[in-house]
Amino acid sequence: MQNPYLPYPVRIDEIITETEDKNLKTFKFVFLNPEDEEKFAYRAGQFAELSIAGKGEIPIGIASSPTEKGFVMFTVNKVGLVSTHLHAMQVGDIMGIRGPLGNSYPWDVVKGKNLVIIGGGFAFTTLRSSIIYLLDPQNRADYGNIDVIYGARTPGMLLYRDELAEWEARDDINMHITVDGTDDPDWKYNTGFVPTIADQKAPPGDDDTYAIICGPPIMIKFTQPVLDRNAYAHDHIIMSLENRMKCGVGMCGRCNIGREFVCKDGPVFTLAELNKTPKEY
Amino acid sequence: MEILKIKKDDLSKGLDALKKSYRLFGPAKTESCHEFKRLEQDEQPDFNFSNTRLSPKAIIYPQSETMFTYSLDENDEDAHILKEVNSLDAPQAVIGIRPCDADAFLLVKRNFDAPDYKDPYWLNAYAKTTLVGLACEKPCPTCFCTTAGSGPFSERGVDILLADAGDDYLAKVITDKGSALAKAAGWDAPSDPDSATEEIERLKTAAEEKISSHVETDHLDKIDTTALHQAPFWEDTAFACINCGTCTFLCPTCWCFDIQDETCGAKGERLRNWDSCMFPIFTVHGTGHNPRGTKKQRVRQRFMHKLKYYVDKYEIGIQCVGCGRCIRSCPVNIDIRKICNLMNHYKPDTVEEPAS
Ligand SMILES: Cc1cc2nc3c(=O)[nH]c(=O)nc-3n(C[C@H](O)[C@H](O)[C@H](O)COP(=O)(O)OP(=O)(O)OC[C@H]3O[C@@H](n4cnc5c(N)ncnc54)[C@H](O)[C@@H]3O)c2cc1C
Ligand code: SF4
Ligand code: SF4
Ligand code: FES
Repeated sequence: MQNPYLPYPVRIDEIITETEDKNLKTFKFVFLNPEDEEKFAYRAGQFAELSIAGKGEIPIGIASSPTEKGFVMFTVNKVGLVSTHLHAMQVGDIMGIRGPLGNSYPWDVVKGKNLVIIGGGFAFTTLRSSIIYLLDPQNRADYGNIDVIYGARTPGMLLYRDELAEWEARDDINMHITVDGTDDPDWKYNTGFVPTIADQKAPPGDDDTYAIICGPPIMIKFTQPVLDRNAYAHDHIIMSLENRMKCGVGMCGRCNIGREFVCKDGPVFTLAELNKTPKEY
Repeated sequence: MEILKIKKDDLSKGLDALKKSYRLFGPAKTESCHEFKRLEQDEQPDFNFSNTRLSPKAIIYPQSETMFTYSLDENDEDAHILKEVNSLDAPQAVIGIRPCDADAFLLVKRNFDAPDYKDPYWLNAYAKTTLVGLACEKPCPTCFCTTAGSGPFSERGVDILLADAGDDYLAKVITDKGSALAKAAGWDAPSDPDSATEEIERLKTAAEEKISSHVETDHLDKIDTTALHQAPFWEDTAFACINCGTCTFLCPTCWCFDIQDETCGAKGERLRNWDSCMFPIFTVHGTGHNPRGTKKQRVRQRFMHKLKYYVDKYEIGIQCVGCGRCIRSCPVNIDIRKICNLMNHYKPDTVEEPAS
């Protein structure tokens, strides 16, 4: 019997400090047993439990894309027990990864459609995975227009800044980067909260356009009316939830919203689905 | 299906024989109540009980159990890598489990034996366990098993069902596991099948007639989830609750758990421990945000899970076998029967009906 709680052993291969406050670090992991990488075959939007013996596990969205081989990558905010310990670990240290878990963004449903990707703060991780996946030469032709609205408090709080700049330069993806505010005179992108920029830049909703939103509750709360105003149907609004988790496989009972488990039936739901469940997220 | 006749004296002889190959558990009297415990060489179960205060769920699903071990000693080749522990391999048996509690394992199994994931700890322990049920002849006033999908003579989930027929037990052997256990115990005296069946039916009818309390569940699957979640009665229902968690702790059909690492020196274990939806920490995020931060939200979760989400998810009835433990032990008299009936009769657009 496959033990769903047993992590694959991994080694930390690279650590990148992402933000000016140093609270967000990206970790690249390499599997100790190469065959485990195949078993860890994942889709953009899934997550994994990062497992540190002696500390515990945390559910973290997979930030690398299935099209990137040889490593898996996560970006972790320093919050509490496990994430703080992880931030103090070094390249070469051994830990575990359990997954992939959850359902992923509905790539089969959005095939051939236009996508508006809206992200805020550090919840951009699985959106990075998605963008890398979409821009892969093997996949790009399968999707329509791609708009990305991504914001952080300040320029120094944006994740993956080198990649954002690369994407800005491309003509097969429309980037709308924004910050809440900045005193940097050279800032050449938008200034304003994500919902405001979304209102200005998001294409109008129609049958062939889907919005994927990932961000703090407050951003989601104010973005939803914007999408409503721009005629996005609720089954065309896709969101990823973060409930407290332990098992990640629908057994420990804590992450439910109604009968759905965020860990197993989610974390990705359409707004139409969420409208039918108790708002316990 | 075979019905054996076991002379009361032969029961203990059989159990002694079983101890050679099975770890046995049975009801035993403690200071204030009965609890299931391991029966050592010279111990016999005490059948003079209505039901135990705690459910026997810990025999298959320990309150705390080791999932993995690890070493943090850098000199160890496998430092920081979790290792699986040896699982229970000897057979075990619970002697005198009440039918409702045996049925509860079937309800819980749906959670641990999902199509996509299997919980190896629970499933292995369940597979190794034989359940010898003891039919109830004197149900308590708080038992409502007959309307909760079980019953004092329910055969669901038991491998053998014993019925007390005066000088003998009539033992209905229901599964292969049950017949293997009967053989190992040396219980092989057949009864006259017709008269034994008739006798069991008579006892069963008499016991069922003594069940005086009921729940109504026929509308639960028809009510809209979000409307029920918004019903006005949750405020009142939760008012007296002190979130002590007694209800979930005692309940044979509650299965929620936590996972924690415990290190001692350079060695440690990843453990799983029972947890409870009644505690605020169960759902609090690292950021402090808590989707079920209030008592009302937690009480509602407990009842909605048992009486609505489970009902909709599995379509086989409520996640409760009517054992009545949570009613008997709640310090503020919160009564699932009353809440079940409130939920079942709730009509979102009309005035709330009084509790029946
Ligand atoms: C599907 C999903 C994807 C996520 N993706 C990311 C990501 O890409 N980057 C990131 O920085 N954070 C992400 N989070 C949030 C992250 O899981 C929490 O910040 C983290 O668990 C905090 O753990 P801690 O031990 O540092 O904090 P503590 O407060 O000490 O938490 C103790 C334990 O509680 C649980 N827990 C606490 N908060 C949360 C929470 N918000 N969600 C789930 N479990 C929690 C964990 O088991 C944790 O070990 C995600 C959460 C979910 C559910
Ligand atoms: S036993 Fe009663 S008071 Fe305690 S948590 Fe349960 S319902 Fe609340
Ligand atoms: S909810 Fe109460 S009555 Fe139902 S099985 Fe659990 S303890 Fe027994
Ligand atoms: S994390 Fe255990 S049920 Fe979802």
